[in-house]
Amino acid sequence: MTTLKLEAHTVAKIYNRKSIFQNVSLAVKEGMSFAITGKNGSGKSTLIKILCGVLSPSKGTIALSINGVLINYPDYYPYIGLVSPYLNMYEEFSAEENLIFIKRIRGLNSDTDERIKFLLNDFGIYEHRRKEVRNYSSGMKQRLKYCAALVHQPPILVLDEPTSNLDEYGIETVRKAMKLQKNHGALIFGTNDKDDLRFADQIFSLDKLEIGN
Amino acid sequence: MYLVISSYQILLKEIVSEFRTRYALNALIMFVVVTISMVLFSIGTESPSQDILSGTLWIVIFFSAMSGLSRTFVAEEERGTSLTLRLLTSASSVYFGKLFYNLVLILALSMFIAGSYLFIIKEFIVKSYDIFWLTIFLGSVGLASASTILAAIIAKANTKGTLFPVLAFPILLPLLLTAINATRLATEGAFFVEALQEFQILISFIIVMITASIMLFDYVWKD
Repeated sequence: MTTLKLEAHTVAKIYNRKSIFQNVSLAVKEGMSFAITGKNGSGKSTLIKILCGVLSPSKGTIALSINGVLINYPDYYPYIGLVSPYLNMYEEFSAEENLIFIKRIRGLNSDTDERIKFLLNDFGIYEHRRKEVRNYSSGMKQRLKYCAALVHQPPILVLDEPTSNLDEYGIETVRKAMKLQKNHGALIFGTNDKDDLRFADQIFSLDKLEIGN
Repeated sequence: MYLVISSYQILLKEIVSEFRTRYALNALIMFVVVTISMVLFSIGTESPSQDILSGTLWIVIFFSAMSGLSRTFVAEEERGTSLTLRLLTSASSVYFGKLFYNLVLILALSMFIAGSYLFIIKEFIVKSYDIFWLTIFLGSVGLASASTILAAIIAKANTKGTLFPVLAFPILLPLLLTAINATRLATEGAFFVEALQEFQILISFIIVMITASIMLFDYVWKD
């Protein structure tokens, strides 16, 4: 297993002179399932984007170390898989083309083709793999986002509202993936869903700025 | 090596995406046809000087570029795929991928405009084709290099469409003036060495724009 640690030290985000959150400090280690909760507008998605390195914090620092090597912030993209409502796939491409584009841009080897097939099957969209994503339902698009996030077997899987837009089969598959991720690396997810929160080892509340179990 | 592979993948994605969505291509072709026709009709039976015709050629190229080159980043923001791209590769790969795509687009567009202009506007006579085509090439590269970083900046703004030409004009003014001058030299039948100063300015512009863009792009791309 990879030794990893993702830490946030006194992180704050300010948008248009308005503070979204302040003084956020947390640490996520391998084998951990870490949930972020908070009421609407508390900044769950913003904090998730900051942790993934796609949005810069206004104050504070983020540190990711993998096998003792400190990764340069914000170049976390090889180590993170993100599923978020703010993330869209290329609609003019099919699911298969989207995943092959991800494979190539990430510089993954040909073994990934088998993994793509496995993921498409696992998330129940293999039969629709050649359809353009613009013809997908919102649930199918959400499933494809999971395939995209898992193609490179990331040590850290980050989920923003993990089960939104999914039917029973989709929720079951996602929860299986969440369990698997804990054995493979670390899982971070932002939600207020009580069923999802059962998967968390630690829960960080953005409203109270404290960690609970 | 990774930078080359991922930039190439972005270039390829942009080309396939453009051919499937026709996001910029159809509008650009229509724009070129309309503007060249308008130049042709406004000339009528007059015989304008080569200075004026060189200027109108670059006006057509400038506004066509403005209507098409910003789409590469604006489309990512509008479709919500910029976050996806940020999660897949480094900022430098995105910059070079988009730069090469803009380069391919503007080169094809400029060649098409210049060819059509030469064919349709009979009063526009080029005597030094080496100077003319090199000016078109360097001018297009300059347009692409400045437009790519500007497109990345304006993609974050609310008034994307109008802001691009307004922001681009002062930055592109030295490039346009030099390109117009070099085109005029081509119509006058100047020797290649006489246009060397213009080419030096165009090359310097390209180097400065690309260097500044590489330094700036990280900040623009990551909010």
